[in-house]
Amino acid sequence: MKKPDIIFRLSLRSVRLNLLRSVLAALGIVIGVVAIASIGMISANMTLSVAEELSATANVLVVKPDTGSGDSGFGRESESNDDEDDYLTNDQFNDIRKAAGSSYVYYLYSESDDIETGSTSGRATIYAMDDEAMKDILSLAEGSFPSTTSQVVVGPDFVERYDIEVGSKITIGDEDDEEGEVTVRVTGILEERGMSMDISSDNAIITAEKFFTGRYGGEDEYTQVNVVVDDINDIDAITESIDESLNRKDDEVQIQDSSRMLNTISSTLGTLTSFALAIAGISLLVAAVSIFNVMMMSVTERIREIGILRSIGTQKDEILRMFVYEAAIIGIVGAGIGAVLSLLIGYVVVFGMVGTTEYFFAWDSLANVPEGMIVGAVICVISGVYPAWRASNLDPIEALRAE
Amino acid sequence: MGSTPVIALENVRKIYPLPSGDVHALDGVSLAIEKGEFVAIMGSSGSGKSTLMNQIGCLDVPTEGTVRIEGQDIGQLSDYDLTALRRDSIGYIFQKFNLIPLLTAFENVEYPWLLRQRRYDDTGRVQHLLDQVGIDAALAAHRPSELSGGQQQRVAVARALVNEPAILLCDEPTGNLDSKTSTQIMEMLAALNHEGRTVIMVTHDAATAEYADRTILIQDGRIA
Repeated sequence: MKKPDIIFRLSLRSVRLNLLRSVLAALGIVIGVVAIASIGMISANMTLSVAEELSATANVLVVKPDTGSGDSGFGRESESNDDEDDYLTNDQFNDIRKAAGSSYVYYLYSESDDIETGSTSGRATIYAMDDEAMKDILSLAEGSFPSTTSQVVVGPDFVERYDIEVGSKITIGDEDDEEGEVTVRVTGILEERGMSMDISSDNAIITAEKFFTGRYGGEDEYTQVNVVVDDINDIDAITESIDESLNRKDDEVQIQDSSRMLNTISSTLGTLTSFALAIAGISLLVAAVSIFNVMMMSVTERIREIGILRSIGTQKDEILRMFVYEAAIIGIVGAGIGAVLSLLIGYVVVFGMVGTTEYFFAWDSLANVPEGMIVGAVICVISGVYPAWRASNLDPIEALRAE
Repeated sequence: MGSTPVIALENVRKIYPLPSGDVHALDGVSLAIEKGEFVAIMGSSGSGKSTLMNQIGCLDVPTEGTVRIEGQDIGQLSDYDLTALRRDSIGYIFQKFNLIPLLTAFENVEYPWLLRQRRYDDTGRVQHLLDQVGIDAALAAHRPSELSGGQQQRVAVARALVNEPAILLCDEPTGNLDSKTSTQIMEMLAALNHEGRTVIMVTHDAATAEYADRTILIQDGRIA
């Protein structure tokens, strides 16, 4: 078996001889690598998870009234804007349908209202849509779609939150309100749809169109129109076609697709990740100071040994290498342990924060581990360079005199 | 005309500038040592004998004058070449043994060999040298801290010999040893000298100096 370089062996033995000190120094790197890799993995998993959920509705275009407020993003359904243009008319709906060709086009009403179920009260999003569209677009996990105005279906998260089941009654509104309160019965529970931009039904109540317009008014005044495109490749052409048809004179509508939403989410996540990584970076900075300190102690303790090594013919660069190796051993071992731990801790943290580990083993996620390792090891080596340089430039006569 | 001396000093001065005034550690030393000589350098503390040893040992260069080791003017050499000269031409034996604490006795002897040869010893030379100085393989597996002073100095002798240096440079080689072990070490050095090695030894002890062919006395930085 080939023996390692004698200089490397000296470094290895020095680390072993001062094991506790070396382990404590490596611990800083372990923590730094775990922090960086875990944060990176959380971010990657969130992005992948959102991208996957949105890709399910990648073929959907959402058309909303242009209220002149620029990028409206998503989640506007709870907004109450008195602007007369904050809804789409039936004419506009028909224009969109014409422009969208063979695509499936449906309209959506949405409102936010107080609700009460048994002893729990809160506020919920209430959607309404054409009966046909409801059956085409939404899937039931159990029960049936509403057949009268006093019947509704609800999303699975809503069921969990308010602890209800098929047959439960929900009181919508407040008796002090203008609309008063009304009690409806749950006839069906929807299947989970996840995050989507067209309709967030998981945590909402979906009512019949007549119920909605009867209660909130605004018949043929739609909150948004969704276009389900047959072929995803046509999405740009259809967007353009709707834009030309409706926005020729004035900007009447905004057309959004999931890529735009994904970009917004990715960009927000990116900003948050950078901030978290900067904080994690501080732990690596502390580790670097700790390694520097350990290396300086090692040099000071071994001045005489350095003198001996120099006097019997060890070159400066070999002394330099010896101490850089020592820092590298601490760094690589620390980064290695950090990598293993970040896989374990990262898995738990990703599960806790993202809710799924489905994307944990995706390259975008796992790549954070070697990246964290490299950063940790490199920082360690850099911290060792000055002490090593100092050691190599000691005067051999002075060093031999040291006790 | 005789052969070139293995060590030749011509009017060597070593001046240490200090705020209180320059210190002339060596003040015009000229000296020639032929191959195969056994020379003792004696002098009181602060006489300049350690400075002289550092010059001969290529650990330092003179402020003035020339020091030639095997014909090479050390004042003209780079740090790299000086280090290589120490490695290849000089075997050091120190008063405090100065073995590398991280390495075993065997590895201590092997170390200068590795520095020079860039390969591990597969000729058995290292153990052969250790056997010659009375350190068997079992003892050679121990760290210096596990050996007695006499054993450590034996290992140091073996280490000094491993690269077949032209010069053996001994700085108070028996200073930390009892009289019995001192005699053994001195006899070992004398035997090496008989085999043809040049031995330079700094000592305080007149009895030890008697092993040498020639004694040089240093006083106030000059040869007395």
